[in-house]
Amino acid sequence: MYETIYHRPSSIDEAAALFAKNEDGKYLAGGHTLIPVMKSRLAAPSNVIDIGRIPALIGIEAAGGTLMIKAATTYYDIMSSTQVKQSIPAIARLTSMLGDPQVRARGTIGGSIANNDPAADFPAAVLALGATIRTNKRDIAADDFFKGIFTTALQDGELITAVLFPLAAKAGYSKFRHPASRFALTGVFVAQSKGGDVRAVATGASQSGVMRVGEIEKALKANWSAAALDSVKISPDGLLEDIHGTAEYRANLVKVMAQRAVESAE
Amino acid sequence: MTIVTRKVSLTVNGKAVSADVEDRTLLVHLLRDNLGLTGTHVGCDTSQCGACTVHIDGRAVKSCTVLVGQADGSNVTTIEGLAGHNELHPMQAAFRDNHGLQCGYCTPGMIMAAVDMVRRHGGKLDEATVRQELEGNICRCTGYHNIVKSVLDAAGRMEMASAAE
Repeated sequence: MYETIYHRPSSIDEAAALFAKNEDGKYLAGGHTLIPVMKSRLAAPSNVIDIGRIPALIGIEAAGGTLMIKAATTYYDIMSSTQVKQSIPAIARLTSMLGDPQVRARGTIGGSIANNDPAADFPAAVLALGATIRTNKRDIAADDFFKGIFTTALQDGELITAVLFPLAAKAGYSKFRHPASRFALTGVFVAQSKGGDVRAVATGASQSGVMRVGEIEKALKANWSAAALDSVKISPDGLLEDIHGTAEYRANLVKVMAQRAVESAE
Repeated sequence: MTIVTRKVSLTVNGKAVSADVEDRTLLVHLLRDNLGLTGTHVGCDTSQCGACTVHIDGRAVKSCTVLVGQADGSNVTTIEGLAGHNELHPMQAAFRDNHGLQCGYCTPGMIMAAVDMVRRHGGKLDEATVRQELEGNICRCTGYHNIVKSVLDAAGRMEMASAAE
């Protein structure tokens, strides 16, 4: 790792001020992406601003039809939260399938979304549930947030403070994990909103990152069941192709994971 | 370029310690190089193998993926801090009794992860849960079988010990 200067602000405003004042800064929450990439010298920020212990960024609140998870809340706290399990159990389930216990003790929802790794799980939930990403400057709709792999609508220095999920009528998540890395080779989050809208979002599959799958959404809107997807055909166009699987293989996985997600939905 | 260091202070195995280190120092290197606590191992150095697992404020984490600044002011427990004066921690004793190791390289991390596992699950641990929860710890010798036996054995002992209190 190259040299860096570590800062630990105690408030959101102080964090933003440190970012503005210091050249080449990076926010650090759980650090389970940033520190590995710094160790491999793929990133070398001159200043690291640790937001992981800012009290205003930690916590979970469920009220008025919305589940709010603050940005620096760890995966472990999310998966074991009674409020999460009661309001959107699919989020607790997704979180419990993420990484391993030690990673879940450190990783955060805000970090996952800000990083927007093409195989990350949380972007799928955020987009499928039509969540709102709250920052220190504004609210951003999920539809406008994810801009392609490792790219988001966040401006330089803008900090996610919370994610607001509207409660769903039904939601489910299923993923096919890479046998070694345990990342999603393909994962699909399906959600039926209280208003009856249906969304199906795949992660790990597309070259452009997290994506809605129109064919699946259409079929599920007509008939919310795994069987309704039997005849659906997913195009391999634009899907990832690498040593782990062809685009056709991933296209099939999108359908199978969507079916399992529907079966697990509650 | 002058090397800038800063003082970090934390509690390690119940003792207040401090060290002057560069900000880029990882917790595992503070423990091993500055404090001489070499029971915490560096295996993969890529957050996967779990050999570097320690507890920060009671939670098992991979100390190769924590900057010292993040641990500043925290309470850290390493494998050296588990045993009492004259007796092994029940998890250590169970690993010995069940031959839960071969070369021993992964063992400190396994034990620290397993203690946290029992803390979180209590007496509800079963074999499937132990295997799933060992996902973040890699052993290349044992095939895990005796490790799983050790954890289940220790979970029973720890449950009995806490019931007796």
